[in-house]
Formats: sequence, structure tokens, C-alpha cells
Amino acid sequence: MHELSIVANLFEILKEKAKEQKAKRITKVKLKVGVLSGVVPELLESAFDIYKKKTIASEAKLEIEKTLVKVKCQSCGFEFSPEDFTMICPSCGSFEIKILSGDELLLEKMELEI
Amino acid sequence: MKKKREYTVLVELLGSNQRVANEIRRRLTENGTLVINFMSSPGAGKTSLLEIIGENLKKNYRLAVIEGDIETEKDAERIRAKGIPAIQITTGGACHLEAKMLGKIFDKIPKDLDFLFIENIGNLVCPANYDLGEHIRCVLLSAPEGDDKPKKYPKAFITSQCLIITKSDLFPYLPFDPERAKKEALSINPKMEVFITSAINGEGIDDLIEYFKTSLHEVRSKE
Repeated sequence: MHELSIVANLFEILKEKAKEQKAKRITKVKLKVGVLSGVVPELLESAFDIYKKKTIASEAKLEIEKTLVKVKCQSCGFEFSPEDFTMICPSCGSFEIKILSGDELLLEKMELEI
Repeated sequence: MKKKREYTVLVELLGSNQRVANEIRRRLTENGTLVINFMSSPGAGKTSLLEIIGENLKKNYRLAVIEGDIETEKDAERIRAKGIPAIQITTGGACHLEAKMLGKIFDKIPKDLDFLFIENIGNLVCPANYDLGEHIRCVLLSAPEGDDKPKKYPKAFITSQCLIITKSDLFPYLPFDPERAKKEALSINPKMEVFITSAINGEGIDDLIEYFKTSLHEVRSKE
């Protein structure tokens, strides 16, 4: 249950960006959460709803885009979505796998009222 | 008329943790200290393993342990009883350590260490998200937990460089298959080092210590 701590970080960033953009309110927040990010989107939503009260984002809607794991073999260049998190290239058997997406925990967009 | 505007941010939510962790790693690398983060579920044997490794290493090396616990100083006291300096962080409820918690006690870390071990909060989920500035992340899996854990807790196993299977002295009494655990862990993280250990009969401890010593030399030669 570290989602509350992550949402606390999110609000620090939201406040800073809203101030920077001279926004009156934040009306929407969009996150990208990979299945390998280690956080549960539903728990982020609950934590967000608790946290947003009495902030500049009190009316904000939270949208979460879940991203699947995509990786690329560094030996043969084959790109694939590993089943069951198996990080071995099905094409050449290499272990040199780079994660392209699916581990992100990203604040992607905000909708602001100016 | 209210004006609405979409603004693209693209900021990592754990970016602030990452920046602190990178700074901790940079400074400790400069000091010539190898930092090792121990993660596992509660009761997998982190403290027992640290006791036995510590007793062995302290003969020729300088080391300290950072103990992360939700409450109590019990683990730190066990480490100190072995003559090894321990710095306690009690999180008062938080289920993981964060880099900024280490930042707060950074001045208490001796500057002349060879090894700094961090015993994370017993939890296989949340700690995996937080880089603490370690060079090596070790995940411990004890025999009673079962050999099917790697794919159930993929983040902990994917982000670790080292898997330590503990309590091998219990293998004869349990359905735990070390080969199956190893195979499953290596399928999601093929480059992981794997050690099979027992803090009771000492199995695998020498190999693990050798691995830490080799890693210390590697970190120092890069510096």
C-alpha cells in the first residue's frame, strides 16, 4: 500500500505545475501506469479521491491509462510482449532484453482552468 | 467564460525519489562503499543472513547496516549484538523505505565503509518501487514461502540483481523445489545471480560473500 505515498508525490508535482502555468484549477489528471509499475490503479484512484479534497484539484477527474509490457531484444532487435513476464527472446534466445514500456508511472497530462 | 487548456507534463511520479537515490549512490560510490539493499517478505531471514554475513565480513572489512522497520529497534539490536554498527529507520507505518528517509540519516553513515547493507521493510511489493541508491538489490526467498513467488511478485524479481534462497536446511521437510524457484526467477530475470543459503548450517554463505567482495572491487574500479 504505497499508493498513498505516490499520490502525495503526484500532488507535489500538480501544485508546482499549476502554479507554473498560472492555473486556477486542475480539472483533469491523466496518468500512465504500466502493469510492471508495481502499483494498483484502483488504489491510486482511491488515494487520489482522498487526497484531492481542499486542493486546487478538488474537482479533478483522474484518468489512468494502463500500459502493457513491451520489450526489445538487444541482440536481434525483435520486439515482443512477453507472456508471463518471461524476459527471454523467443526469436534468438538472448537474455539481453530492454523494457520499452510497461514499467512507467507517469503524469502524462493535466487539464487546467486558466 | 472559463478557459480550459490541456497541458502535457510527462513527469515520472517517483522522479524525486530517483534523484535522491542517484545522489546517495554517487556519494557512497565516491566513498568507496558498496551498497546492498535486502528485500523480502517478513520472516524470510534478512536479519539472520545479515548476522552471519556481518560476523564473517567484519574480520577484514568495515561495514554497517541500516535497519528499516515499521516499529521497534529489535533488528538493529540483533545486529549491534554482533559488534556491527546499525542505524535504525522506523517508518511509523510506511511499508517501504524511500530514498529521502536515507537522506535524512545520511550524516550518520560512516564515510570509511566497505559495505553498507540496507535491510528493507519486510514486504515483497512496495519496496521494489523505491531505488535507495544501492548498487546491488537482493531479493530473498525463503523455502517455506514456496517456489512460485517470482511470477507472483515480478517487480521485486525483475529489479533485483541477486536472488538469495534462504533456509535451505528446511528443504527436506517442505515441497519447495529450489530448481523450480531458480528457473522461474531466471525466466523473468535471466541475468540474476542466484545463491542457495542457510543461516543455520552455513550453506552458500561463502559464495555469497565472495560475490559481494567481487562487486565491491568492480564498483571501486569503475570509480
